[in-house]
Amino acid sequence: MPETRDITLTVNGETVTATVPVRLNLVDFLRNSLGLTGSHVGCEHGVCGACTLDVDGATTRGCLMLAVQADGCTITTVEGLPAHGMAGALRAAFTERNALQCGFCTPGMLASALEYIGAGGAADRTAIREHLSGNYCRCTGYQSIVDAVCDVIEGRARA
Amino acid sequence: MSGPKLSFDQPNRYIGQPVPRADAQRLLMGRGRFVDDMQAPRMVHAAFLRSPVAHGRIVSLDVAAARRMPGVVAVITGADLVGVVEPYVGVLSHLAGLRSAPQMPMAVGRVRWQGEPVAMVLAQSRAEAEDAVAEIHLDLEDLPAATDMERALDPDAPVIHPEFGSNLAWTRTVNVGDVDAALKGQDITIVEREFRFGRHTGVTLEARATLVEYDPAEDQLTVLYSGQAPHMMQFIFAKHFGMLEENVRVISQDVGGSFGIKIHTYGDEIAAAAAARMLGRPVKFVADRFESFMTDIHARDHAVRGRMAVGRAGHIVALDFDDVTGIGPYSMYPRTSAIEANQVLNLTGAPYVVPNYRATSKVVFQNKTLMCQYRAVGHPIAMAICDGLLEEAAAAIGMDPVEIRRRNLMRDDSYPRTSASGMKLDDLSHQKALEKLVEMMDYARLRENQARLRQQGIHRGIGFVSMVEVTNPSPMFYGIGGAPIASQDGATVRLDAGGGVHVSSSVTEQGQGTNAILQQIVAGVLGVDIARVKVTTGDTRTTPYGGGTWASRGAGIGGEAALLAAQALKEQVLDVAAVILQTQADKLDVADGSVVDAGGGAARMTLSDLARTVYYRGNELPSDMKPELVATRHYRVTDMPFVFTNGAMAAEVEVDVETGFVRVVNFWAVEDCGRVINPRLVDEQVRGGVVQGIGGALYEECLYSEDGQLLTTTMADYLVPMAAEMPDIHVAHIETPTKTSILGAKGAGEAGTGGAPAAVMNAVNDALRPLGASIFQMPMTPARVLAALGRAGH
Ligand code: FES
Ligand code: FES
Repeated sequence: MPETRDITLTVNGETVTATVPVRLNLVDFLRNSLGLTGSHVGCEHGVCGACTLDVDGATTRGCLMLAVQADGCTITTVEGLPAHGMAGALRAAFTERNALQCGFCTPGMLASALEYIGAGGAADRTAIREHLSGNYCRCTGYQSIVDAVCDVIEGRARA
Repeated sequence: MSGPKLSFDQPNRYIGQPVPRADAQRLLMGRGRFVDDMQAPRMVHAAFLRSPVAHGRIVSLDVAAARRMPGVVAVITGADLVGVVEPYVGVLSHLAGLRSAPQMPMAVGRVRWQGEPVAMVLAQSRAEAEDAVAEIHLDLEDLPAATDMERALDPDAPVIHPEFGSNLAWTRTVNVGDVDAALKGQDITIVEREFRFGRHTGVTLEARATLVEYDPAEDQLTVLYSGQAPHMMQFIFAKHFGMLEENVRVISQDVGGSFGIKIHTYGDEIAAAAAARMLGRPVKFVADRFESFMTDIHARDHAVRGRMAVGRAGHIVALDFDDVTGIGPYSMYPRTSAIEANQVLNLTGAPYVVPNYRATSKVVFQNKTLMCQYRAVGHPIAMAICDGLLEEAAAAIGMDPVEIRRRNLMRDDSYPRTSASGMKLDDLSHQKALEKLVEMMDYARLRENQARLRQQGIHRGIGFVSMVEVTNPSPMFYGIGGAPIASQDGATVRLDAGGGVHVSSSVTEQGQGTNAILQQIVAGVLGVDIARVKVTTGDTRTTPYGGGTWASRGAGIGGEAALLAAQALKEQVLDVAAVILQTQADKLDVADGSVVDAGGGAARMTLSDLARTVYYRGNELPSDMKPELVATRHYRVTDMPFVFTNGAMAAEVEVDVETGFVRVVNFWAVEDCGRVINPRLVDEQVRGGVVQGIGGALYEECLYSEDGQLLTTTMADYLVPMAAEMPDIHVAHIETPTKTSILGAKGAGEAGTGGAPAAVMNAVNDALRPLGASIFQMPMTPARVLAALGRAGH
């Protein structure tokens, strides 16, 4: 049997204890063991950004971190984003701008965009595009996503 | 077409409005329902051993050790599926002469491309299945591989299917007028160029995925499928498993992008379904990214030698080209791999008056991944050939690229007519689109700016394309050739007791907003609040029978069926209301969820009251009244093989002559897709399509070694457009509704991908021209641009 470890972590405000194979990555653990399927898997090699989520306040590739490394961490996935405030406003702006089509990149996009906005990023289209360049979207062409981020920064979007 | 007055010509709150999609919130909250989000009791995971070589003979295949690995439930080989799955052949009768060999889901005896499935492990987890795959012993004898499509027909090329005697799958020639005579004409200028279009693939962010359950008690197969055509897949599973079609249920919930990738018969998915039947337990297969690059269909891969002759005034005299395209070792089932070449012949030159036209395409087998239909099938090639040659011709005679288009585009008042290749064309607006484009981009100022920057050593270029897009296909596309692909679609619209309306439709949603426009149409036509309209799509058991969403047909065909069904339901409602209210139906209307006096009058009763009367208190109705509050209508295009749309696009690029990098600075698109149901969704379709087209023009390529090893198998090797490289894209519309339907909507999904590559290529050549360089190979990578400039790459 594969080697396992016990881990305890906080996911979206809940304490979770589990025994996990040491080779299991974080996003597979969240999706398959906890049923938090909002974080997606697009490449499993750290390029597409579909698995982007928040670990202890830092945006992280869920496919590049092992579940055992998350022992003791506090994790927020798309399911745990609040309905109000910046996250709520960003969701409203995404809807208004149609900044998602299939929606597969969306949870990761939200995480990266929130990181940018939360750090006090300006409504500078080039800077936003640079910041989002680790998140692949095949559907939208990105412009509407940039629009949505600008809407939040400039106070046009409300939760 | 008769029928009630066009509801959307009267004030309505939805059709033509930028209504936000109702299903966006769910996806934004992480509550999507993609295939890999689903689990089933006793589910096992499939992983595949795939051929490591492009061509080989299976000497031995030993799975004994794999069977003993932890967590393994079963190991199944290609030979195990003989007799379980009926082989399939990707030919269609209307593509006369097309040939392909029978295919099995996993290789039997021989492997013919790297990545072809050879054996499948089913285990408790995907990781355990992959562990066991590593323990399968496959002994292969290497066979010589035919990989280069341009040498695949050489007499000494290895023949992939010996029974055919050569690697030729299909060839077609179109010959209209007298090209040879025209090329000998007086006062003409001839330009001749060689074009190369690399292999691309779709790179849907959600990889192909399936979860199949089988219930032997009822001989019931249920397939959760990430794809575009549930009814087509229902037929395929039933036919090749020897089942009744009604015993196969195919369900598509959320689909993480498709673009034509997820609409074909993939061996691994068929094998997974076969395993579910053999084991009597659910099987999940989700391709990883490596498998996606290696086994999702590839597209394009054309080499073209073309020439165009123009007269002194810039009129096209003749267009002539030879195309060769490699499709892998088989023609894909059931849509075939000859459609792209066929489209290239059909579409090249279609926006222009071309008196003499000759084109030949050869479709060849090779030992590479199968090639088939991907977003904008054939369009990028067709548009790049004609508009590439046209801009070269303009330069040769010293004419502006806009002016030469003005002289050659079909006149907006000249329809209906046919293209040189015989395509029926109607309701197009090339001239208007070009003029709107030129105005939107402020062309004169751009040229001044270009000249000024040139003096500073900055090399900008401006390129154009005028294009057509095939949308709303009729039965002439596939059905006529024997494909199990519906060309008509249906919608059922039902009024429930609470006053809510339910639509179920056979078109599917992959993110375009299909469900949203169905809501808009039904709410708009019926006269109810859009929040009261719920939509079901993507389930062969609960929706009407139809084709799904591909070839830009969802809005035009599915939307029309929904419109007709909503109109029929409205008539039913008014008939019942007339009896209850003791008046005549034509004195009533429906608005805001209530029956009202016609002409904007007072509300008489709510739809809920009416429905409750019918459903609960039928005793209040005359006994000879048999009310129905549900209507189904189907729609197909009858007068045309396809409904063409048109567009005009332009790119401004900057070429760094030191590094060879091309940056797209600006992009403009004017699109005429007929009636626009939701301008926001259409604009975003165009933008997403343009970006995919820019990817094809500048970055994306499936590269192979000479012996057929795919070299681009990660997202770090196969480059897709990311946010930082992409420009903002300016979109405008002209609305020339198609006369083939009441709704008047044509498709918009593929124009950007079809047109952008030609515009970008022309822009790059516009930038390079003063330097005496040119490039006609896509993607236009830095190394190729430097080579074109006569500089070696660093
Ligand atoms: S799945 Fe983690 S970056 Fe792609
Ligand atoms: S919306 Fe489909 S990948 Fe971004």
